[in-house]
Amino acid sequence: MTMAYAIHRTGESRSFPAGDAFLDGAAEDADVLVLLGVPYEPDPSRTAILIELGTECLGVHTGEAAGEEGSNALGFARYRNGGDPPSDLVELVRQPNTEERAIEAARAVFEGAGLTVAVSADRVGRIVDRLVRPKYNAALRLLDDGLAKAEDMDLACRLGLGYPDGPVERTVRGGLAYHHDVSSALFAASGQPGDAPARAAVVARARSEGR
Amino acid sequence: MTGIRKVGVCGAAGTMGSGIAIVSARAGFETVCHDVDGEGLERAATQTASFFARSVERGRMTEEDRETALGRLSPATELDALADCDLVIEAVFEDLSTKQALFRALNPVCKADAIFASNTSTLSIAQIASGCGREDLVVGMHFCLPAQLMKLIEMSPGLNTSEEAFAAAWAWTEAAGQTPVRTRDRPGFILNALLVPFNNDAIRAVEAGVASPADIDTAIKAALGYRMGPLELIDLIGLDTQILLSEAFYPITLDPRAAAPPLLRRMVAAGRLGRKSGRGFHDYEDSAMYGA
Repeated sequence: MTMAYAIHRTGESRSFPAGDAFLDGAAEDADVLVLLGVPYEPDPSRTAILIELGTECLGVHTGEAAGEEGSNALGFARYRNGGDPPSDLVELVRQPNTEERAIEAARAVFEGAGLTVAVSADRVGRIVDRLVRPKYNAALRLLDDGLAKAEDMDLACRLGLGYPDGPVERTVRGGLAYHHDVSSALFAASGQPGDAPARAAVVARARSEGR
Repeated sequence: MTGIRKVGVCGAAGTMGSGIAIVSARAGFETVCHDVDGEGLERAATQTASFFARSVERGRMTEEDRETALGRLSPATELDALADCDLVIEAVFEDLSTKQALFRALNPVCKADAIFASNTSTLSIAQIASGCGREDLVVGMHFCLPAQLMKLIEMSPGLNTSEEAFAAAWAWTEAAGQTPVRTRDRPGFILNALLVPFNNDAIRAVEAGVASPADIDTAIKAALGYRMGPLELIDLIGLDTQILLSEAFYPITLDPRAAAPPLLRRMVAAGRLGRKSGRGFHDYEDSAMYGA
């Protein structure tokens, strides 16, 4: 099932960069509204309002109510590994009482555009970054510890686990400074040591700031 | 070049041991398949014959090569049969005292310059070698399952391993058509050091209500291009095995991510072991899928 959607947009979207077919598929107006960089305003008359997220939680835009929050507003982000092109995955962020019809409408919009949808609670890092950033931090720390050479760690993951790329090459390709920022957001929310950015990422962020 | 001509595999009735024996025999090495379980060796020999037959059917080896490779394999239930091996690879139960006892028993039996290799995935090579009488000739040689199909071997020297022994073992893995990578003697080497905590994190995400197992697996596969999601993988290897792996890591590393999550223990207690019990993070109505 496809569903019509309108887009309100300012500036560049990480999920849908200029030229992305999703932008061209938007209607002038529709019950589902996609916000790309535009501040959220509640509108209960719409089926769904989809707010593009960075590393922040949806609650930053909608407010929270001690775990009782939820409306027709959802967050979303198309997964990107830093500077890599967007993947086919859209992480759809719901709150405890998000309207089911809003979720289904959002799913229909993105799947109608040929994307894959996974629904996540409103947590920093959502699903993918919550799982992979600690792993990449561990890989960078093991590299510092001299466990193996970077190319051997990557080769082991490709050959032994069938991954398309290894953790070090992926983190470096996506940008160590970007990895630092995502990990820092995770660590600020969780306090878990594994989320804290690894030394190499701290160095990369410092250099990018000219320190 | 490798000076290794004859190879022994201990624990050859098991899945890993029989796979390693296939790798060795297929590459041209006389291979003694040792196990205390004689009936298990017979079953493994049947499975090995079937594997080679399928390899012929698929054009990956000739009929002549199949017969030759099978002829290089000899079963044994006594350690004496390993006396003239140049390399003995153990793939016995993942328990430190078991592996130590095996190497200590092998030391007086085997040639003085024979190399002992451990296929451990979690234990320390230096600890396994300790007290065996030839610590300088013990190396880590971690194959991936299924060994007869996977090329990667994680190679690690123990603290007392000589560079000559390590180089000889390394040369053998290359002669056997494998791809070795060098790691230090650390728990889990590369793969399990990264994979076990990652899988535990996925379980914790389920427990914390971040997403359903299906959504987590979908997200990881779509975002990263992995063939399986972490929860599908845990279902495949067994939730009980994930606990064992976690218990091997956590006491050594004290990494909170390596600790077995409470949900994992509850699921194992409830009999949800993954594919082998028909239910884990996902349901498996078609039990024929397991092991097919």
